[in-house]
Amino acid sequence: MKADGDILITLAVQFAIMSLLALGGANAVVPEMHRQAVELRGWMSESQFTDMFAISQAAPGPNVMLVTLIGYHVAGVAGALVTTLAMCGPTAMLAHFLGRTWDLFKDAPWRVAVQAGVVPISVGLVGASAIVLTQAADRSWVAAVITVATAATAFWSRWNPLWLIGVAGLAGLTGLV
Amino acid sequence: MSEPAAPLSTLPPIPSHTELFLAFFKITLMGFGGTLMWTRRMFVERKRWMTAEEFNDVYALCQFLPGPNVVNLTAVFGSRMRGPTGAIAAWSGFLILPFCVMLAAGMLYERYGDVEIVRRVLSGVAPAAAGLLIATAVKMAAPMFRRFEPAPFVMLATAFAIGLMRWPLLLVLLVIIPVSIGLAWTMRARTTP
Repeated sequence: MKADGDILITLAVQFAIMSLLALGGANAVVPEMHRQAVELRGWMSESQFTDMFAISQAAPGPNVMLVTLIGYHVAGVAGALVTTLAMCGPTAMLAHFLGRTWDLFKDAPWRVAVQAGVVPISVGLVGASAIVLTQAADRSWVAAVITVATAATAFWSRWNPLWLIGVAGLAGLTGLV
Repeated sequence: MSEPAAPLSTLPPIPSHTELFLAFFKITLMGFGGTLMWTRRMFVERKRWMTAEEFNDVYALCQFLPGPNVVNLTAVFGSRMRGPTGAIAAWSGFLILPFCVMLAAGMLYERYGDVEIVRRVLSGVAPAAAGLLIATAVKMAAPMFRRFEPAPFVMLATAFAIGLMRWPLLLVLLVIIPVSIGLAWTMRARTTP
């Protein structure tokens, strides 16, 4: 079972690194997950990746749980545990320790500059995630229409996103997509 | 009651470990498509364990930190209320159900992902999920264009490098983080009297 151990170590290392690069949140590293899982390592196909992203959006819980699906797909229950802990553990510990000293440096000029510098990067990364997923998911005109309609509705209305996902799922069920 | 009536701004007692666990457990039940809004509702509006300012303060820290924001937020909030064990209570309360749900979803997907009906539904949901992310990105990007001038360019450069060029994240960040912070520092120096 050496191979299994190896893949768990790969998952642990890759997702721990990604958690530390996830500026502004888990959605920031969707492109890197895609690059690793689909392009570099061939763990899954393009459509499996977008399926998993869609499931992680439709299911209750934070978006970061995409890593649980990826981990399970690659290495079963152990893989799911490893990716989830690697993604959610290290930065939570960091958060716990920095939470105690935050007051000491939250108003420091360097802190303000670091944040001002990092925020546009994190927004750009969410934009990049949107680009990567749109390119991967929209393989037909109908799919592109669903993407645009969902984006517009989510932007201009305050509907629960779950309704939009439900409507899109029904549209898919009819075989239109 | 010898004490005078509490003014509206007074916060209720500090939540116990169980309350922390359950509060975050409940948030995960409601958190479709993003949990931050529900966390704010629970802690600021409903339970009043935090003021809006405190919430923003903790959220600012979690935005400053890398990693999943709301997961970090559970750790910071739990740790502020009840120390390290409080952090673990809040963190695990927040993760345990989504983990089980995702595990079940993963098992179902591996077994039935190729079934025609499932394929059809997912072929509709996947483009919608991408659309939701577009809306999130646009909402986040809109305020960028109103302050800190280099921000829109940094943002577009990042989206271009990662989204279109598909360059490795680590390398892109090693270049763009110093540049962006340097620009922010320069802007700050210019605007400070």
